[in-house]
Amino acid sequence: MSEKRAILSPLPGVFYRKPSPDKPDYVQEGDSVKAGDIVGLIEVMKNFYEVKVEVDGVIDCFAVENESIVDVDQELVTLK
Amino acid sequence: MSYFKKVLIANRGEIARRIIRTCKRLSIQTVAVYSEADKDALFVREADEAVCIGPAPVKKSYLDMDNIIRAAKETGACAIHPGYGFLAENGAFAERCTEEGFTFIGPSASVIRLMGDKIAARNQMQAAGIPIVPGVDHGLSSVEEAKRAANEIGYPIMLKASAGGGGIGMQIVHSDQELEKAFESTAQRAGSYFGDDTLFLEKYITSPRHIEVQIVGDSLGNLVHLWERECSIQRRNQKIVEEAPSPFLDPQAREALCAAAVRGAASIGYTNVGTMEFIVDGQGEYYFLEMNTRIQVEHPVTEEITGVDLVEWQLKIAAGLPLDLDEIPLSPQGHSIECRLYAEDARTFMPSPGKIETLRLPDWARLEFAVTEGNQVTPFYDPMIGKIITHGASRQEAIRKMKDALEQCVISGIKNNLPLLASIMDDPAFQAGTYDTKFVESALIK
Repeated sequence: MSEKRAILSPLPGVFYRKPSPDKPDYVQEGDSVKAGDIVGLIEVMKNFYEVKVEVDGVIDCFAVENESIVDVDQELVTLK
Repeated sequence: MSYFKKVLIANRGEIARRIIRTCKRLSIQTVAVYSEADKDALFVREADEAVCIGPAPVKKSYLDMDNIIRAAKETGACAIHPGYGFLAENGAFAERCTEEGFTFIGPSASVIRLMGDKIAARNQMQAAGIPIVPGVDHGLSSVEEAKRAANEIGYPIMLKASAGGGGIGMQIVHSDQELEKAFESTAQRAGSYFGDDTLFLEKYITSPRHIEVQIVGDSLGNLVHLWERECSIQRRNQKIVEEAPSPFLDPQAREALCAAAVRGAASIGYTNVGTMEFIVDGQGEYYFLEMNTRIQVEHPVTEEITGVDLVEWQLKIAAGLPLDLDEIPLSPQGHSIECRLYAEDARTFMPSPGKIETLRLPDWARLEFAVTEGNQVTPFYDPMIGKIITHGASRQEAIRKMKDALEQCVISGIKNNLPLLASIMDDPAFQAGTYDTKFVESALIK
């Protein structure tokens, strides 16, 4: 299956790849993920929202770096 | 007279504007510091000078002490006002300001540190003879110790992170079994949020009200209270509506609570404006919660019932001058209510950043707003866009004015909590003054 799927940011804010600064990343490129798995957080107005995978797949690549400022509907991660 | 020649404001939004306003009246020059995201904000335009201190994320701007100190040096400011939030209760920042030769407009670094440590603060106040919620007064070393303490006090209990705040790191526990699970998860969460997994526990209060007392102390030893604020209208420990005086306290209870607040603040030699927060149960018993060593978001309701300018008093105290105690009325003057406007959905509470297309506000009410029509509400900071404050001879009059004020607000472009505020004003329990801190979540959100 070579079709790629993008995960878009549900909100504008700051994107984090890890649950807290001293913790490892949620997922790495190449990891297999299941629907419902968390791949990052969006911080918006002092609140954190989990970004979850909607379908099973493999993390292809991150379109943005940790702590990047992102806009709503901006591509965060692609799955393959 | 002017207390300082030039003051740098290490904050943003409505509180930066509020501080600038008093400084202007007193002919004090102001320096705003701002992040790249705030370059078009009102407070940046209104200050005499403005210095960009970094990109949008707070760590790289509003929490960056080096950049703030550099801005103060470059502009020749002589004092630094921290506002609320950000570095306002950071002992290291207060110390740094002093070391670098600036007057920090707040209490000493040691007092900030003492009150910032929740366990130390409780011990201090208990020693001063102020009731604290029954609980253990030291960090819990094991789940067995927690269970022993919980059984002594009696369930339900509240498990809390020592370094916690804003509702994060708290858990209500009803039994030994629940405690076993909660102990580990709360410690884990506290460790990752605050870098400190120390826990303590205390009795869980039923029908709690959050009532706080405004106190003011100068460096000459004058220490007074300016009565209380009722802050029980909140959701997830975020306040939504505040009023002064509290509809729950009778004159005797008010006097006792305010006297306790003064006694507690005096025990640490407090200088600056500060807030002693109490939890008051259904029977009217009060317990010390924590002290905020800074100006409070809801300070305007106190100003409305006393006629005092609390920002001016902060400047005066920091300049080493005595308080003018004659300015304080003999009793609270009328009643005041504050509503906080948040850029969030009134039902789902999802934040709603964006461009404010329309913002029409009732100009006869007191307005403390961060933004104006055409401004962007960015996703980087607090969702509060402003506050509306009314004052009346009676509580009924203050409520009626607030209802009128909310009806006259027109906001478009961003979602906001106007409908929630209006439904609070219309609620019979609110109007009767019989609500507690669970009111919003239990009565209004269905």
